[in-house]
Amino acid sequence: MTDVMALPAPAVVPLDPGTGCIEARAFSFWYGEKQALFEIDLELPKRAVTAFIGPSGCGKSTFLRSINRMNETIPGTRKTGDILLDAEDIYDARTDVVGLRQRVGMVFQKWNPFPKSIYDNVAFGPRINGERHKATLDEIVERSLRRAALWDEVKDRMRESATGLSGGQQQRLCIARTLANDPEVILLDEPCSALDPIATQKIEELLVELKRELTIVIVTHNLQQAARVSDRTAFFFLGRLIEYAPTEQLFTSPQQERTEAYVTGRFG
Amino acid sequence: MTEPAIAPAESTSGRGPGGAGPASTSLGGSSTADRIYNGVITLFALCVPLLLLGLFFEVGAAGWPALKKFGVGFLFSSNWDPVREQFGVAPAIVGTLATSIVALIIATPLALGVAIYIAEFAPTWLRTPIAFLVDLLAAIPSVVYGLWGIFVLVPIMRSTVMPFLRDTLHLGATPFFAGPAYGPSVLTAGVILAIMALPYISSVSREVLLAVPRTQREAALALGATRWEAIQGAVLPYARTGIIGGIILGLGRALGETMAVTMVIGNRHDLSASLFAPGYSIASLIANEFTEASGDLHLSALMAAGFVLFVITLIVNAIARWLVWQMAGGQRSVA
Ligand SMILES: Nc1ncnc2c1ncn2[C@@H]1O[C@H](COP(=O)(O)OP(=O)(O)OP(=O)(O)O)[C@@H](O)[C@H]1O
Ligand SMILES: [Mg+2]
Repeated sequence: MTDVMALPAPAVVPLDPGTGCIEARAFSFWYGEKQALFEIDLELPKRAVTAFIGPSGCGKSTFLRSINRMNETIPGTRKTGDILLDAEDIYDARTDVVGLRQRVGMVFQKWNPFPKSIYDNVAFGPRINGERHKATLDEIVERSLRRAALWDEVKDRMRESATGLSGGQQQRLCIARTLANDPEVILLDEPCSALDPIATQKIEELLVELKRELTIVIVTHNLQQAARVSDRTAFFFLGRLIEYAPTEQLFTSPQQERTEAYVTGRFG
Repeated sequence: MTEPAIAPAESTSGRGPGGAGPASTSLGGSSTADRIYNGVITLFALCVPLLLLGLFFEVGAAGWPALKKFGVGFLFSSNWDPVREQFGVAPAIVGTLATSIVALIIATPLALGVAIYIAEFAPTWLRTPIAFLVDLLAAIPSVVYGLWGIFVLVPIMRSTVMPFLRDTLHLGATPFFAGPAYGPSVLTAGVILAIMALPYISSVSREVLLAVPRTQREAALALGATRWEAIQGAVLPYARTGIIGGIILGLGRALGETMAVTMVIGNRHDLSASLFAPGYSIASLIANEFTEASGDLHLSALMAAGFVLFVITLIVNAIARWLVWQMAGGQRSVA
């Protein structure tokens, strides 16, 4: 513990003012007695891909899941500090969690389509939003699948079960399902860790495409992937943000020794 | 790799796969011991279907004289007269099915409610005690249910429930709730059966709901579903086949229950559309008359009735399995 306390202040390269979409202020998080995040200060730019890297258990998922308040579904957790979405405190008592999760979509490590048809999977979000009109739903489903680069592969089998698709297709379906809510932010937690290189490449291309309209945050253990898709990278270690900078800078000239050790593969 | 849902290990670095699995054992069965083991196990496994087949033919054979004598009339006639040696089991068939259907209609929503509460809403410390108490319902001997039925349920049905259904809700206008409220009736038997089937439906549903992967709930919540929408839209559909399995189990329980039904159904061999009328079920018919069956034909008729119950159970189970299979078709879960 003392070792952690002695860490130098994080090296954070500031963003241009006014581009912050998500902003964490001294955000700490606990699972019961165990503190998983320590005073995270972080500003994520709009319409860009931010990658979270760091060794296992360092709190990347915890932080990601704090941005759409998924973590509060786990009993016994608590937090201090704030996270702002477009300058609004998402933990404010008046914030509508359901609405927040529609604005901030999430894609999980293990693809988790519902055991329903492809169509019903994508239409899930709009339907719980009260959309009943068939033509509108059809249109949303098609648009979302197109945006997730899956339309051509599934357009003739919309009524078939989603679980019959390949892993990569299922993961893109999960992305399409999220897109159907028309979110502003998409959080992805190691979306490719169980996919083969080709499926991975498809998803990476998709992210680069999507960032023109969306703020994307991706947790990854694949440093090449972070380097390929992200504009900025945040390095976490033992629940702390160690370094946050434009991706190229973080990989080529890290300011912190621990970052350098991690990105050069000396530990982690 | 560690998913936050599962309480992760202490590791902060190193993400290799978890500990090695159990030492691998040969499943090929190459050694003599293995082969003996295999043979014995196979024998045991074969015993059960053989027993079932044996039972089927034995009961069928014993009932054959009556079945031959009365033909389909045995199924469709409601004339059961041991003195004149006339036997038809239509009222008992109808009673058996009607009480079971009433039981399922009452028990299924209750059992599902209990299961959903335990799996989704109850605080962790309350789960086990509630589940335990509900499961305990299955441990109560049926004769105790019967006694409770006679002394508590029948009077309540007669004085409150039946008049309420018939007069206050005006259901008496339909043939199903018409007629005088004696107390002992098909409806009362259905209510008892509902209580008896409830723990089966509820415990199976509960286990199935608890087994729905956390990722399914999270997927729905992350799409902006409320807790209830997540249950309705993701958890219940995922668990659907398992829940139907639980209902089938409860149905099996209801179809064959003898003692408690005998004590409250009224034991009258008459066909009536009204659930308020006393009736009969096949199981209680056999239980009531078997010891005093006089003639050979009477005995054979009772055996034939047992055979009919056997076949009904088989058919109902086959239909239910087919339903499950239909629903599961192309819906195999991902996990
Ligand atoms: N549900 C939970 N209950 C208790 N502790 C948890 C839970 N989820 C995570 N933790 C703990 O919080 C810390 C951070 O976990 P987190 O899952 O955020 O790490 P991570 O960086 O995403 O790791 P990985 O790369 O393995 O996914 C870990 O020490 C972990 O043990
Ligand atoms: Mg993680």
